[in-house]
Amino acid sequence: MLTMPALDEEAISAREQVAADLARLVAPASVIAAPAALKAYESDGLTAYRQPPLVAALPGNTAEVAAVLRYCHERKLKVVPRGSGTSLSGGALPLADGVLLGLGKLNRILEIDYDNRCAIVQPGVPNLAISHAVAERGFYYAPDPSSQIACSIGGNVAENSGGVHCLKYGLTTNNLLGLEVVLMDGDVMRVGGRHFDAAGYDLMGILTGSEGLLGVVTEVTVRLLRRPPTARALLAGFASNEAAGEAVAAIIAAGIIPAGMEMMDRPAVAAVEDFVHAGYPLEAEGLLIVELDGTVAEVDELMGHVQAIAQQKGATSLRVSQSEQERLTFWAGRKAAFPAVGRISPDYYCMDGTIPRSKLPLVLNRMAEMSQRFGLRVANVFHAGDGNLHPLILYDANKAGDLERAEQFGAEILKLCVEVGGVLTGEHGVGVEKRDLMPTMFSEVDLAQQMRLKCAFDPEQLLNPGKVFPTLHRCAELGAMHVSGGKLPFPDLPRF
Amino acid sequence: MQRIQPESISEIVETVRSCAEARRPLAIEGSGSKSGLGRPVDAEAMLSLRGLSGIRVYQPDELVLTAWSGTPMREIWDALAEKRQHLAFEPAASTLYGSGNDAGTIGGVLAGNLSGPRRPSAGAARDHFLGFSAVNGLGEEFKAGGKVVKNVTGYDLPKLLAGSMGTLAVMLEVTVKVLPAPEKQRTVMMPVSDVVAGHRCLITQLQEAFEIDGAAFLPASVAARSSVDLVRARGSALALMRLTGSPVSVADRCAALRAAVGSPTEELHSARSQALWSEINEVAALLPAELTALWRLSVPPASGAKIAAELGEGGDWLMDWGGGRLWIARRNATVEDTALVRKVVEALGGHATLVRGPEHLRKAIDVFPMEAPPSLLQRMKAAFDPHGILNPGRLYRDW
Repeated sequence: MLTMPALDEEAISAREQVAADLARLVAPASVIAAPAALKAYESDGLTAYRQPPLVAALPGNTAEVAAVLRYCHERKLKVVPRGSGTSLSGGALPLADGVLLGLGKLNRILEIDYDNRCAIVQPGVPNLAISHAVAERGFYYAPDPSSQIACSIGGNVAENSGGVHCLKYGLTTNNLLGLEVVLMDGDVMRVGGRHFDAAGYDLMGILTGSEGLLGVVTEVTVRLLRRPPTARALLAGFASNEAAGEAVAAIIAAGIIPAGMEMMDRPAVAAVEDFVHAGYPLEAEGLLIVELDGTVAEVDELMGHVQAIAQQKGATSLRVSQSEQERLTFWAGRKAAFPAVGRISPDYYCMDGTIPRSKLPLVLNRMAEMSQRFGLRVANVFHAGDGNLHPLILYDANKAGDLERAEQFGAEILKLCVEVGGVLTGEHGVGVEKRDLMPTMFSEVDLAQQMRLKCAFDPEQLLNPGKVFPTLHRCAELGAMHVSGGKLPFPDLPRF
Repeated sequence: MQRIQPESISEIVETVRSCAEARRPLAIEGSGSKSGLGRPVDAEAMLSLRGLSGIRVYQPDELVLTAWSGTPMREIWDALAEKRQHLAFEPAASTLYGSGNDAGTIGGVLAGNLSGPRRPSAGAARDHFLGFSAVNGLGEEFKAGGKVVKNVTGYDLPKLLAGSMGTLAVMLEVTVKVLPAPEKQRTVMMPVSDVVAGHRCLITQLQEAFEIDGAAFLPASVAARSSVDLVRARGSALALMRLTGSPVSVADRCAALRAAVGSPTEELHSARSQALWSEINEVAALLPAELTALWRLSVPPASGAKIAAELGEGGDWLMDWGGGRLWIARRNATVEDTALVRKVVEALGGHATLVRGPEHLRKAIDVFPMEAPPSLLQRMKAAFDPHGILNPGRLYRDW
């Protein structure tokens, strides 16, 4: 069971005062304290966890964000920042004694600068809106998490979001130039700009993916890329996941980095085909979608190589998109994989580990064993190019014990990812979901080092506490902490 | 200075721990090839990582390589070349940051976040640094990041160590992302009248879909010093655009780019193109013996020509990254000149680093500008090295 930081009863009893104070710092209508209205914020994309916040504040500009944070810092109130609330790891899960800071009103694209190939946007702008705004000039913003219609760029920065194209084009962190950030004490800081790279400590690098624990992003300068002239996709079915995995390895070994390389197992293909009718081969145990982009000549040449590799690795079916319409149809299935699984099961739980790709057969076999043991079905979609697994565990929340078994199953999958040399999360973040698994990947010393960095930004640990780190230590204590034999000093200190 | 060259992890941990206990500053070094970069470190002892060398795991089809931090770059390049892969951020094989003809170690390249002409299209060293194990300033061994190409578990500490110049931790083992090396390269060379025309050409073509992965401008005086015959022979300022990839793709894009440029251009093929971009990466033309101060500027690409006009006195400069990076040799190695350079750069956004200069100047100024509140940078340093024993003063002046 998830335990959160000890409740600040004083804050809870002061709810009305806090709301009144906040209403003087932001527009009064932008403070929400009515329980019914707060329910809208009670969870993010990880809906298994729900908790309405103490109050919600929706500032409209950087100065208001700074004023709210300064106030909370002075009153020692916890703060949970939130973009569009699409996190799959509970990164924006509110606290009963904390202020929810919604950035949704900061939703303007401030400037598009083609000569410097960047755009300056507010954090509440949806990811896809950036690409839409620059599409007429043939540009786009590369990271494309599947929630890109809704997810905010500020949230993308906090989570270092990925997407299906990140093998070739990178994650959020590789596509940023500058940030404006408000620290917990209300100080506003700018890092980067329209130029490349920090001169010293890379603050933007450390803020990106810090899951809202280090600062609140109030402005983002993103890189814009020119959209390639063409893209084509190949759909290849294989009689085994091993064969599909070998084809992926051979494509990369041949020196080809596809724009996207996705894999689905048979249960996922079945669910998707039934829903979207994309023409996927139902008999395939492993299905690959390989997308190549670039100039027409380049794509034609590489597509020939990829086809030859797929054939050599025993593809049982092979189709190359002959039109943009067909390419989009190939993708329609993959992009609908989650809702398609949602149709065949009352609930599903999406996992997100990364493994060295060579371990795929081993991991899939072990997952099949676990599936039997837990009595829960699993369907796999997989960013095959970079080894990022998304097992979807099917369960029924209305059945007693099903959610707990799904969570245990998920935890075992992630532990297995770490065991074979991978990591707990490839793109969804740790949040509350994988928080308690952090010790499977990191030692106490590793975690203490990360927590000391947190203390440099937020010594009172008021910003998004309860996320990422399984145990809480006072900063003063971390500074001098020495660990011997895996035992921490002060065993009686309350932790969460 | 006492030189300590441990042969094992435990010796390194013990060295740092005992220095931490004694509050004894420690200079950290790979092979010493970048000893001229940064402020001089005031320490009685120097920890060399030369003994911590070797590639541990190289899996070409997983796109990762794990090596000890003291592994020579030469060894890493050789291993990658054998599998037709490379480090896409294109670290320079040069003597730019120190002396001797040693390209240094992988740890040194990462600690300096050193990247070459491909940085705008492929990312910097920091973008390819996936994970590490290291010893912090308390003598504790810790790790962060991972050994797979996609990972968001915990803070992205590799980003922070990249460019930290050894002031946060002593790296032990590092994992980097490796990528297929392009099969072919060609450079489209366009003679231009001046920097404004050359820069405009780069800015314009970089907005098209040619996938240019090197975009530089050489003033006539610098082009005249090139080792590449066709570059030297032009007798003109040059805008240069590199295209890499498969032979078919390169030929195709090259033709399209030349047509788009309109005015007369020439092509440099494989060996000449390669030699040219190595020269640009190594800033070879700006490194005569009498050099006093060499500045590396990172600026908004569209501001490149303006800044070059203001600071590029005497023509001893070159432009890379489509205008985003300027290398400028200045005659005056003085505190006053430092202030002038920084004033011009900061007015347009960006930063200036003194990458070569006399020791007395490097001691007197902030070689690396502070881009965040000093108190925050200092707290970050203290989070890793509370006693301030690791490379004190090398990156930031007082700690």
